[in-house]
Amino acid sequence: MTKFEYAPAPESRAIVDIKSSYGLFVNGEFVDPVDGSMFKSVNPATEEVLAEIAAAGVDDVDKAVQAARRAYERTWSELSGRDRGKYLFRIARIIQERARELAVLESIDNGKPIRESRDVDIPLVAAHFFYYAGWADKLAWAGGPSTPSRPPQPYGVAGQVIPWNFPLLMLAWKIAPALAAGNTVVLKPAETTPLTALLFAEICQQADLPPGVVNIVTGAGDTGRALVEHPGVDKVAFTGSTEVGKQIARSVAGSVKKATLELGGKAANIVFDDAPIDQAVEGIVNGIFFNQGHVCCAGSRLLVQESVYDEVLGRLKRRLGTLRVGDPLDKNTDIGAINSADQLARIRELSEVGEAEGAERWSPECELPERGFWFPPTVFTGVSQAHRIAREEIFGPVLSVLTFRTPAEAVEKANNTPYGLSAGVWTEKGSRILSMAQQLRAGVVWANTFNRFDPTSPFGGYKESGYGREGGRHGLLAYLKAEH
Amino acid sequence: MAERLAVKKTYKLYVGGKFPRSESGRSYEVTDAKGGLLANAAWASRKDARDAVVAARKALPGWSGATAYNRGQVLYRVAEVMEGRHAQFVNEVAAGEGLARGKASALVDEAIDRWVWYAGWADKIAQVVGSSNPVAGPYFDFSVPEPTGVVAVLAPQRSSLLGLVSVLAPVIVGGNTAVLLASADRPLPAITLSEVLATSDVPGGVVNILTGTLADTAPILAAHMDVNAVDLTGAAGDAEQARELELAAADNLKRVVRAPEAEPDWIAEPGLERITAYLEIKTVWHPVGV
Repeated sequence: MTKFEYAPAPESRAIVDIKSSYGLFVNGEFVDPVDGSMFKSVNPATEEVLAEIAAAGVDDVDKAVQAARRAYERTWSELSGRDRGKYLFRIARIIQERARELAVLESIDNGKPIRESRDVDIPLVAAHFFYYAGWADKLAWAGGPSTPSRPPQPYGVAGQVIPWNFPLLMLAWKIAPALAAGNTVVLKPAETTPLTALLFAEICQQADLPPGVVNIVTGAGDTGRALVEHPGVDKVAFTGSTEVGKQIARSVAGSVKKATLELGGKAANIVFDDAPIDQAVEGIVNGIFFNQGHVCCAGSRLLVQESVYDEVLGRLKRRLGTLRVGDPLDKNTDIGAINSADQLARIRELSEVGEAEGAERWSPECELPERGFWFPPTVFTGVSQAHRIAREEIFGPVLSVLTFRTPAEAVEKANNTPYGLSAGVWTEKGSRILSMAQQLRAGVVWANTFNRFDPTSPFGGYKESGYGREGGRHGLLAYLKAEH
Repeated sequence: MAERLAVKKTYKLYVGGKFPRSESGRSYEVTDAKGGLLANAAWASRKDARDAVVAARKALPGWSGATAYNRGQVLYRVAEVMEGRHAQFVNEVAAGEGLARGKASALVDEAIDRWVWYAGWADKIAQVVGSSNPVAGPYFDFSVPEPTGVVAVLAPQRSSLLGLVSVLAPVIVGGNTAVLLASADRPLPAITLSEVLATSDVPGGVVNILTGTLADTAPILAAHMDVNAVDLTGAAGDAEQARELELAAADNLKRVVRAPEAEPDWIAEPGLERITAYLEIKTVWHPVGV
């Protein structure tokens, strides 16, 4: 199949106004960090420096937590649920109004294709705020641990740390339910993708959200640690690696802090011989190459029934030959830039290990830009369960292909991982879908689809993929406690 | 006429549906509230704890795969058999907790009723905590609770039957299997409960009961990589030990029910927290189309 030649169709950057430097957003205002240290955020597609960002130290985090505490005690907990909801509705509306700006900024800072930031990330962000806005005055109907005699209560101050793969969407997953439940928040965006969180801070100002209800502290791991360990934080929510998740579980041990952790994954995407192959191939591509594979629930292990292995692999490779890798702001781009030099190094390292351990590596021919961080879509075949590329989360556009003969073998292999975030099943047989869905130890099972997200739909892991749910009524309960 | 010489019971462990002594050959003296000897209880070793985890893991597919209706009936049966052992439980609770018979009897009543309450949740909890999710697209999307897996339970130290039932029943009603460490000083009602379980259709290995010390056994269970969740209630009042156990539990991200500062009043009506603590929510998506 030949690739159609498309003329470039770049989205304009003109709508975005990136400042040369950004302070911390504390108590409703942008402030300089106490010790004045700054770091740079770069465009991963060009390595151009976008802005200088304040690195929050321990004292800065303390100020932010204090601001959140004051806002919780004096303002937010005094408001009616109805009014809290109205603030969230306002925020949702402003996100829709400024959707183009947010999408372009997200693609510039993160490297993801504008098609995804425009059509997936930002619409879902607005939808999350809309969904949880409506919950704010209905908490008594949220169920869970609360009983009629014990209405649910917020925790107080939530400390939230989010990753770089869906910067604004992860912010929405954290902030919307927290505020709806009546908590105030201090949120730390990832150090490589802080810009949309800082634009969100401006949106909070536009919405006249009371100062201190949302505070944004930028920085790297040290800032996150200071936030998680701060004694004034009542609730910790983290999305990121399993390794850091375990550190957080240790750091809250023995405290009264409640943690929810949404961590890594190594999802199996299982294709049976009766599956609609063309749809399955689209699902495989969407499962692992969506967002450059920077997805915790990515379908990074393809399990194909032996009888259709050749057919699936043939069609998959042909389809990968049509993917367009390049400028994230080009509306035709399918695969954008790898988010950072560090992540690129990790993807390269694990891919080299895959070859060294004996798996066969394949990528379609594709030209990669000279500057920036790029990795071609890559498929490993001949992968065994013992290979590191079948066990470790690569977090990049790298697919490991294994085979199976029976449904029982597929279940065994799919569950043979410490992770348990997601799984995919492709078959035309309804009873088999339900049987597989029951047996797969994963928090989300996509049957004849993959990588679908919705604010009403609970998302989160089994086993070492973490605990707690985000999205839906269950995601709201993560920010409510039963006792007074 | 001479008074009849009583036949005394040997109190043993309950692992995989069998009643072994500790493989270590050790036992320890269990006394009543006044210090009088009640029995020698098995002093479980690290290996006993590991064996119990193996048994619980082995029993998990069958128990979690049983229908909710079946689990509900089996658990109700437990309450029936408990009722038949009422007098024995009263004796053990009265002696161990130093209570008058009337007070102990009321606690046994409540424990049996508590078990019935939890048994009834077996085929209802999924409807209360599950959901159908109205996603913005052509998909059918639903969320159901599933058991977390093998749960290690440190039973309360003070409330030897009502507290015990209040921490054990919510674990297994959701389809989990349990390894329970009984109250160190008041283990006899737990051992008698294991005899109830063995005779009431609960498959072997679904509940495994160890007696011994928290210091010996709890760290093994909290650190065990094939245990999925841990209830630290039995460490109530010992904040440092509870913290150590929670640290160990983080190695495989066990779900942790923390130790309270002081043992709660078990008479209070429970909520669903103890059931939902050991449930995972699974969300399934499927396209809608013709």
